[in-house]
Amino acid sequence: MRTGTQAAPPSVSGVAGNGAQRRPGVPFLAVQDLEKRFPLTRGVFLGRERGHVHAVDGVSFEIPRGGTLGLVGESGCGKSTVARLVTRLLEPTGGRVVYDGNDITHWKTRALRPLRREIQLVFQDPYSSLNPRRTVGAIVAEPLRLQHLGTRTERRARVREMLAVVGLNPEHYNRYPHEFSGGQRQRIGIARALVTTPKLVVADEPVSALDVSIQAQILNMLAELQVEFGLTYLFIAHDLNVVRHISDRIAVMYLGKIVELSPADELHVRPIHPYTEALLSAVPTVETSARERLRGRVVLRGDPPSPVAPPSGCRFHTRCRYATEICSAVEPPLVDHGGGHLAACHHPLDGRTPVQATAT
Amino acid sequence: MLRYIVGRILWGAFLLVVVSALTFLIFTVFPSADPAALRAGRQATPELIAQIRHTLGLDRPVYVQYWIFLKGLVLHFDLGYSYQNSVSVKSQIFTRLPVTLSLTAGAFVIWMLAAIPIGVISAIRPRSLLDRATMGAALVAISAPVYFLGLIALFLFSNDIGVVHLLPGAGTYAPISVSPWHWFTSLLMPWCVLAAAFAAFYARMVRGNLIDTLGEDYIRTARAKGLSERRVVMRHGLRAALTPVVTMAGLDIGILLGGAILTETVFNIPGIGRYAYDSIINSDLPAIEGTVLFGAFFIITANIFVDILYAFLDPRVRY
Amino acid sequence: MALLEIQDLHVRFATRDGVVHAVDGVSLSVDRGRTLGIVGESGSGKSVTALTVMGLTRLPNATIEGHVLLDGVDLLGLPDDELQKVRGRRVAMIFQDPLSSLHPLYKIGWQLGEAIQAHEHVSDKAARARALAALTEVGIPSPAERLSSYPHELSGGMRQRVMIAMALVLDPEILIADEPTTALDVTVQAQILDLVRALQADHGTAVVLITHDLGVIAETADEVAVMYAGRIAELGPLGAVIDRPEHPYTWGLLQSLPGAETSRSEPLHPIDGAPPSLISVPTGCAFHPRCPYVLPVCPAKQPALLETTAGHTVACHLPTALRREIGAEVRASLETRT
Repeated sequence: MRTGTQAAPPSVSGVAGNGAQRRPGVPFLAVQDLEKRFPLTRGVFLGRERGHVHAVDGVSFEIPRGGTLGLVGESGCGKSTVARLVTRLLEPTGGRVVYDGNDITHWKTRALRPLRREIQLVFQDPYSSLNPRRTVGAIVAEPLRLQHLGTRTERRARVREMLAVVGLNPEHYNRYPHEFSGGQRQRIGIARALVTTPKLVVADEPVSALDVSIQAQILNMLAELQVEFGLTYLFIAHDLNVVRHISDRIAVMYLGKIVELSPADELHVRPIHPYTEALLSAVPTVETSARERLRGRVVLRGDPPSPVAPPSGCRFHTRCRYATEICSAVEPPLVDHGGGHLAACHHPLDGRTPVQATAT
Repeated sequence: MLRYIVGRILWGAFLLVVVSALTFLIFTVFPSADPAALRAGRQATPELIAQIRHTLGLDRPVYVQYWIFLKGLVLHFDLGYSYQNSVSVKSQIFTRLPVTLSLTAGAFVIWMLAAIPIGVISAIRPRSLLDRATMGAALVAISAPVYFLGLIALFLFSNDIGVVHLLPGAGTYAPISVSPWHWFTSLLMPWCVLAAAFAAFYARMVRGNLIDTLGEDYIRTARAKGLSERRVVMRHGLRAALTPVVTMAGLDIGILLGGAILTETVFNIPGIGRYAYDSIINSDLPAIEGTVLFGAFFIITANIFVDILYAFLDPRVRY
Repeated sequence: MALLEIQDLHVRFATRDGVVHAVDGVSLSVDRGRTLGIVGESGSGKSVTALTVMGLTRLPNATIEGHVLLDGVDLLGLPDDELQKVRGRRVAMIFQDPLSSLHPLYKIGWQLGEAIQAHEHVSDKAARARALAALTEVGIPSPAERLSSYPHELSGGMRQRVMIAMALVLDPEILIADEPTTALDVTVQAQILDLVRALQADHGTAVVLITHDLGVIAETADEVAVMYAGRIAELGPLGAVIDRPEHPYTWGLLQSLPGAETSRSEPLHPIDGAPPSLISVPTGCAFHPRCPYVLPVCPAKQPALLETTAGHTVACHLPTALRREIGAEVRASLETRT
C-alpha cells in the first residue's frame, strides 16, 4: 500500500513563476460571472455567425484552500466546460477566473505554463485518457518532463513514489495501460495528476466509468490524498450521492447556470430549487427510509432543453411543476437563503423570501 | 445545402485556373522537346522552325501565351489548337470522351460486381480458408501492374497473338454505334485488366468495413429483433459498410475519366488517356493543357458529387 | 410453471488468452408479469446470460450447456430458424446505449416497421399504423413526425423510448433490459423506469432488468439475483435480499454505495481488490479473495446455492446464524449513518 510521503521530493516542487503570488485571506479559486460562448457558424468560406451556444452563462463560486466544491448537473449543463475554463484549457468569453489571487482569465499560454504544475485534471474515461502506446511510467512522468522538473533519475524515483501512493506496484513502471483494469487505470490517471504536487485538482467525472466497488476505493483514496497533500478539489459528477460524499459545498448546474449552491450536508435535507428536488427524487436508492421519504417522486416532463435555445426567464420553467407567469418572463437571481445556501428561484421550496445578500 | 454546392463549384473553378497555370509553368520551366521542331519534321531548316514558332505563337512571352490561353478558355471554352496538327484540342477530346467513358463504366461495373460479393463472403467468415484465399488473391491482383496484366491477357487471349484465340486484340476498338458486339468484345479484356486491381482493393475495403460494421451495437439489435442473418448482413450491415465504399468509387471514377493511360496504351484504345500520352511525347502544350484540365475537371466534379452523395447516404452529415 | 426457466446454464468462450467462463452454473426463473432484477458488476456474467436466452451467443467459439425453458420449450435446443421466430416475438431485448443500438441510416418508422414485419405478415401501411401506436404509447411527442426521423435527431431519453417501443410492439411475453438507463441522465432514468413499469402493468410482460445499480433494482424488481464471476451469489424476493442480505458480496455492494444517508466524515467501505478475470476464476468460492469473512473451506469448495428462508437462496459457507447477524448489522449501519 502507500508509503507515507510528507514533503515534496527535492528539486521537483516549484514555485509558480512570473507573477503568481500567494495572498493570504483570499479564496484559493474564485470564479466570477464566468461565461463561455461557442459560436454557431454557417456559410462556406467564412463562417458567418448564426448565433451562440452559451455553454456556461454567468457562473460564480469560490473554493477555499483545501476545500472541495462539488459540481453536479446533467448532460448539457456546462459542468465539463467549467472544468476546462477553470484549468484554462479554454479561454472564457466573459467573467473572471482568479487562482490564488491572480486573475488568470486571459493569460496566454506561456504565462500559464508554470501554473500547469499547480492545476491538474483527472478525466472520466480511464480507457481513453491514457496513451496506449506509452508505458505507465512514461505517462506519469510526462508532466515532470514537460515542466523540466528534476533529472531523469529523480523523475523516475518520483513516479515510483506516486505509483505507490495510489496503491499500485511501483515495479509496474514499464507496463502498458491495457494490462491494467479500469480502476487501476484511473489510479494511474490520478498519479499523473498528482506527480507535480499540484494545489488544485479538477476531477471531471473521475468515477463514473468504474464499478461500484471500485468507485468507493477511488473516492476514499481521493479523500485521503486531499488531506495528505493539502489539495483543493473541484469535483464534477452527475451522481449526487458521490458528490455529496466528497464535497464541502455543492453547486447544482442547469443549462449553463448555477441554480443552487449549498453546504453539502444541507442539500439533501433542505433543497430549495425545484430542479434539485427533482434530481434528488430521481436518484434510485436502497435505503428504506430514503425510499419511503422520496416515495412522492417528482418525475420531470420532457427532456433537458438544448443549450442552443434556452427558455426565456428561468431556464427551468418549462419542466418545473411550480412554474408561474413570472418564471417565463424574469430570470431569478441567485440569492442567499441563509447560511451560505444560495438558490435562484421565484418560488423557492423553503418558502422564504430570499435574503438580499450578495451571492458569494 | 445549396449554398454549399455553389461554394464548392466556385472553389472548383478557382482550382481549375490554378491547375492550368501550374501546367503552363511546368511545361515552360522544364526542358522538353521543342514542339516547333517536332512539327517541322526531319528536314527542317532553322527558318522553317522559326516560322512555325511564330505561327504557333511560341515566340511571345510566356505570360502572354498563358493569357491568350486563359482568355480563350474562359470566354470561348476553347482549348486552343494542337501544335502537332493544328486540330482543335477540344474536338479531339470530345471525340475520345465516349471511349474513355466506355472503358471506365465497364470496368466500374465489373469491379463492383466482383468486389462486393467477395468482400461480403470474406467478412462473414473472417479468417476462414476462403477468406484467406480471396484476400491473398486480392493482394496479388493489387500488386500486379496494369501493363503487366494487360500484356499477359493479350498474350493469352487475343485473337491475333494469343495462345487462345478468344477476344479481339489491341487496337481493335470500335464505337458502340458502329458495332455493339465488337465494342463489347474489344473492351472485355481492358475492362477486366483495369478492374482487377480495383476489385481487389475494394474487396478488401468491403471486407474490412463490413467486419467493423457487424461489430456495432445496432447489428446486435437487428438480430435481437429476430431478423434472418441474411437480412441482418445485407440490409443492416452492408448498407452502413458500403457508404464509404460508394464515395471512394465516385472518386476513382473521376480519376479514371481523366484517362486510364496505361490501359489505353497497352490495348491501343483511342481514349483521352492515350491522347494525353501522345501529347506529352509530342510536347503539344495545348493538348497537354486540355487533357490535364479535363482530368482535373472530372476529379473536382467527382469530389463535389461524392460529398453531396455522402449527405444523402448518411443522414447524420448535413451541410 | 414459470414463464422462463434457466437451468444450470454454462457458457464458455474459447479465446486466444484461454477459456472464458462467462456463465458458470446459473439457474433462474421468471414468472409471468413479474420483474427479475439481475445485479452485478462488470464480468459478472449477467449480460451473457441474457444474450444466451436470446440465442445471441451461438458463436463458433462458444460452448453452451444447460437449459433455457420458455413455457416448457428448451430454447437452447431449437435450431436457428426456429429460435429466430421466438427472438423479438416472444422474448425482446433492449440495450444500454440507444444511440449506437439503433441503426443510424434508417428512419425510426422503418426500423419499427421492420420489427413488426419480421414476424407478422402485415402490409406496410398496417405496420406503419402499429408503429405509430407504439410510439404514442411510450410517450413520444409528435409521433407521426418522429416516424420520419433518424435516431441521431432525437435525445437520449427519446431514443430509449423508441427502443422500448420497438421491443414491445409485438407484445412479447418477456422483455430483457440490459442496463437500459445507465447511459441516461438521472431525471430521464426516472422517466424511463416509470414507463417500463407502466407498460408492464398494461401488457402483463415479464421483465428481466439487468443493472449494476442496486438502487434501480430496489425500486423496480420483485425478485433479485446477485451475480458474481458468472455465478449466482444470492437470489430471492426483493425485500429479502435488500433488507436481509446474506452474502458477503451483497453486503459489500450495499456498503460501498455512497447513499443519501451516508456520513461524509467516514470513508466508504469498498470491497478490497477487483472483480476477477473470467479466464482464471478463483478456486472454490469465487469471491473468497475479497471476502472479509473468508473461512478455510472457501478456497477449497464452491458453495452451493442453498435456501435460507422461503424463496431466498445464498451460496456461502458461513453459518446461517452468523450470516443473518452480520446482514442485520450491515443493514442497520446503512440506516443509521448520519
